[in-house]
Amino acid sequence: MADLQSQDYIRRSASTLTPPSIRDHEQEVAKLIDVSRCIGCKACQAACMEWNNLRQEVGYFEGTYDNPLDLSPSVWTLMRFTEWEDEKGNLEWLIRKDGCMHCEDPGCLKACPAPGAIVQYANGIVDFISENCIGCGYCVKGCPFNIPRISPVDHKSSKCTLCSDRVGVGLEPACAKACPTGAIMFGSKTDMTNWAGERIVDLKSRGFENAGLYDPPGVSGTHVMYVLHHADKPSIYAGLPDQPRISPFVEVWKGLLKPVALAGIALTVLAGFFHWVTAGPNEVQPEDDAEARHLLHPKDGPP
Amino acid sequence: MKYPTGTLVRNTTAARINHWITGGCFVLLMLSGLSMFHPLLFFLSGLFGGGQWARAAHPWIGCLLLVSYAGLIVQFWRDNMWSRDDIAWMGAIRQVLANEEEGVPEVARFNAGQKFVFWSMALLVPVLFVTGIVIWESYFSTYTSIEQQRVAVLIHSLSAIAAIIVWITHVYAAIWVRGAVRAMTRGYVTPSWAWRHHRKWLRSLAATHSVGPRPRG
Repeated sequence: MADLQSQDYIRRSASTLTPPSIRDHEQEVAKLIDVSRCIGCKACQAACMEWNNLRQEVGYFEGTYDNPLDLSPSVWTLMRFTEWEDEKGNLEWLIRKDGCMHCEDPGCLKACPAPGAIVQYANGIVDFISENCIGCGYCVKGCPFNIPRISPVDHKSSKCTLCSDRVGVGLEPACAKACPTGAIMFGSKTDMTNWAGERIVDLKSRGFENAGLYDPPGVSGTHVMYVLHHADKPSIYAGLPDQPRISPFVEVWKGLLKPVALAGIALTVLAGFFHWVTAGPNEVQPEDDAEARHLLHPKDGPP
Repeated sequence: MKYPTGTLVRNTTAARINHWITGGCFVLLMLSGLSMFHPLLFFLSGLFGGGQWARAAHPWIGCLLLVSYAGLIVQFWRDNMWSRDDIAWMGAIRQVLANEEEGVPEVARFNAGQKFVFWSMALLVPVLFVTGIVIWESYFSTYTSIEQQRVAVLIHSLSAIAAIIVWITHVYAAIWVRGAVRAMTRGYVTPSWAWRHHRKWLRSLAATHSVGPRPRG
């Protein structure tokens, strides 16, 4: 949530002007979450709470390892546990660290109506600038991953910042720092993609023939990527979208409709104005007076 | 309410108050809604005390408009029933637009254009209300899926744009037809105005010795 200097912006919500982009040469960063190395210890959750100073209200046990049950304004990352049986009937315990994917083409930012409430930095991180947020919930509709949560208390939207405040001063995100197995790696997107490649080769050699990198092209790639042992079916990992993309309803609403609507309104006003200029006002004429009087008082004789 | 001698009552006091509550709500909804629709119009949210206030006030004003418009429907629906004459009047729309109303089929209390405004809003207001409830984040976001909210927000935007275009037409027609604004502010029109624009209405009033807005009996 650190509002880094505005020169860092390459995208800014609800802004028709070009963002500064002066640092667009910066290396894009990425967090790589290797699901195959995750042991579900929740150190990342604890580190996230600690660094960002978040305290979710203590809930109730609901018969699942997911704790808390869902993301919230004070839960920015969450381990989601799935028991999955493969084709051979072997049980696999799939654990996915859920949170903002930091899309290269962010649906939240496109949907946001408040100028500068959502920004993307040159390093690729998508950040919510709370002071500009109006609490409308449009980011929720724009997001293909169901991540942003609106606080019912202060009506601001929250999500993982990818520790933009830490990354901005050369540190890795708190979750990556805390991970004891190296399941969360952080670095340049190129390095992370290369590292994932090595991991995938290893996983394939161990029988996970569909192992692969989750860097979905539908949102032009993400700055949080997963190594999945079953990359052919991401949805088995607690509903990770198979082919995420910004909803076509949102695309129409935030794309075509905006200029068409303004043009429609402007044309209607212009049509009225030019009707006035050409035809002019429709005024009562003297003969209307006479006719009306004749109708109401016929005894007075013809007009 | 005292009307000047010799004039006809076009809209009762209740109808006028009801109309202006609706109109006021509509303008506020349009300004706050457009501020959340297009970045170029975000500055309009300043009229409401900022984006958070515009977002928070908009749905409540919408609820008031729904109730208020329901009142207008109750008061005006009878005189807005579609008839064959309206089709003939639409056929002569060119003459109407050119201010040459002689030869245009006689019009009762409302012409086809006014009926169009009435019924479009009667359709759009409930659509805007229902879709608006679906996207009212602070109270109703948990009752629908995000996908349903995406569809709702698109329908809400489309309907709002349609309503704004209808509203512009309505406002312009009131400015264009001299005497129409007074009919809704002070409530009365002259018999000559009625002869020119709503001759059938005038005849029905004259036949029943009524001063309006509806014939006796």
